[in-house]
Amino acid sequence: MIELVDVHKSFGKVEVLKGISASVAKSEVVCIIGPSGSGKSTILRCINGLESYDRGDIRIENARVDRNARSIVSIRTQVSMVFQRFNLFPHRTALENVIEGPLYVKKEPPAEARERGRALLAQVGLADKADVHPPQLSGGQQQRVAIARALAMQPKAILFDEPTSALDPELVGDVLSVMRKLADDGMTMVVVTHEMAFAKDVADRVLFIDGGVIVEQGPAKSVLNQPQHARTQDFLRRVLHPL
Amino acid sequence: MQKFLSDAVEFFPILLQGVWLTIVVTIGSLALSTVLGLFWALMRVSGIGVLAGLSAGLINVIRGIPIIVLLFYLYFVMPDFGVALTALQASILGLGIAYSAYQSENFRAGIEAIDKGQIEAAQTIGMGWWLTMRRVVLPQAVKIVLPPYGNIMIMLLKDSSQASTITVAELALQGKLIASSTFKNTSVFTLVALMYLTMSIPLILLVRHFEKKANRK
Repeated sequence: MIELVDVHKSFGKVEVLKGISASVAKSEVVCIIGPSGSGKSTILRCINGLESYDRGDIRIENARVDRNARSIVSIRTQVSMVFQRFNLFPHRTALENVIEGPLYVKKEPPAEARERGRALLAQVGLADKADVHPPQLSGGQQQRVAIARALAMQPKAILFDEPTSALDPELVGDVLSVMRKLADDGMTMVVVTHEMAFAKDVADRVLFIDGGVIVEQGPAKSVLNQPQHARTQDFLRRVLHPL
Repeated sequence: MQKFLSDAVEFFPILLQGVWLTIVVTIGSLALSTVLGLFWALMRVSGIGVLAGLSAGLINVIRGIPIIVLLFYLYFVMPDFGVALTALQASILGLGIAYSAYQSENFRAGIEAIDKGQIEAAQTIGMGWWLTMRRVVLPQAVKIVLPPYGNIMIMLLKDSSQASTITVAELALQGKLIASSTFKNTSVFTLVALMYLTMSIPLILLVRHFEKKANRK
C-alpha cells in the first residue's frame, strides 16, 4: 500500500535519508525505531508530503507522492498523521477538531459529521470531552483527540510520529491502548516510536534506522529479541537498559 | 476659565462638524488599510517568491513616503493623469494606503507567530493554503494582532488630521479656520485637543481590553 524506493533527502548539506526502500502492506503495523536524528520522522513526513524528497519514489496505492502536485491533497486525506505534539487547533473544541476535515475538506453534511465525530470521540474514550477546548485536556486526552481527528478522514493508513514522546509516563498507556485497538481493527499504521513494548506486541514488522539507512528490518519479535546487527543491539541495549 | 467655557459653547457646534469628517476619514481609511494590509500580508506569507517580493517592495515604498506627500500626490498630481478625486476620497485613499504598510507588518507578525505544527496539522487533514489560513491560522492570529491593531486605530485617528492639508474640513482644519478668524488660539486649540482626546479614550480602553484578553490566553 505504501511503497518507498531508494528515497534520498537532504537538509542543506546534511543527507538525512540515504536511500530508504520499504513497503507497508494493507493492515500492516510497522514500527520505525532508531536513535534520534536518524531520519525516522523525516520518513513519515516525506510519506505524506510535509517534506519533499530529493530522489527516489514514494507511492501510496500507486499514486506518487509529490508535495508540489495537486494530487497531494487527496493523498493526505488518505494517509493521516498524528504528531508528537498533538497539534490540535486550540481555538476549537475537541469535537470541532475532529470534524474540521470532514466538514471543510470532505464537505460532509454537518449533522452527519457531528454524529460521526461524537462516535469517534467515544471510540477513543472521550465521549464526555466533546465540547472542551484542547488546553483544558491532559496530554493523553489531546493525543487521543488527535487520533480521532486523523480517523475522521477515514484514512487508509495513519502515520504516528512519536505519539507518546511528549506525554507524562502515566498517560502513555491510554494512547497506546487506543492505537492497539486500531491495529486490531486492521488499520494500516506506520509508527515512529520509542515504546519497545508496544512495538514488540503490536507491530508486524520493525525497521531499525540509523544514519539515514535501514540497518535492520524484520518481524517485530525477531528484530527486538534477536537483533542481528551490532548497531541494533547497541541501540536496544541502551533503550531497554538505560542505567 | 469662564472665557474658555463661553468660547467652548460658541465653537463646539462648528468643531463638531469637523469631528464628523474626522470620524469618516478615520473609519474609511481604517477599513481600507485593513483590507489592503491583510492582502499584502497574505502575499508576503504565500510562499510564492514573486508575490512575497512584490509585497515587501511595495510596503517599503509606502513606508518611505510621508503621508502628507502621499496625500498631495493623490489630490494634486493624480488629476494630471485624468484621475480627479474629491479631497475626502483622496484623504481616505491616501491614509488607507499609508497605513496598510503598518497593518501588513502587524498581520504578518501575527500570522508568523502561529506554530508551524498548526499548519502541518491542517495540511495532513487535506486543507489547502487558503483553507488553512481561513480556518486555522487567521482565527488564532487575530488574538495576537488585536492589541497592536488598537494602537494603529489611535494613530490613524490622530493622523486623520493630515487630511486638513488637502482641504478636508475635519476637526483640525475647522479649529484652524476658527482660530485664524477669531484669534482665540488658546480656547480653540485646547478644545480641539480635548475633542481628539475624547475620541481616543474609548480606543485606548479597547486596546487595554484586547491586551487583557490576549494575556489571559
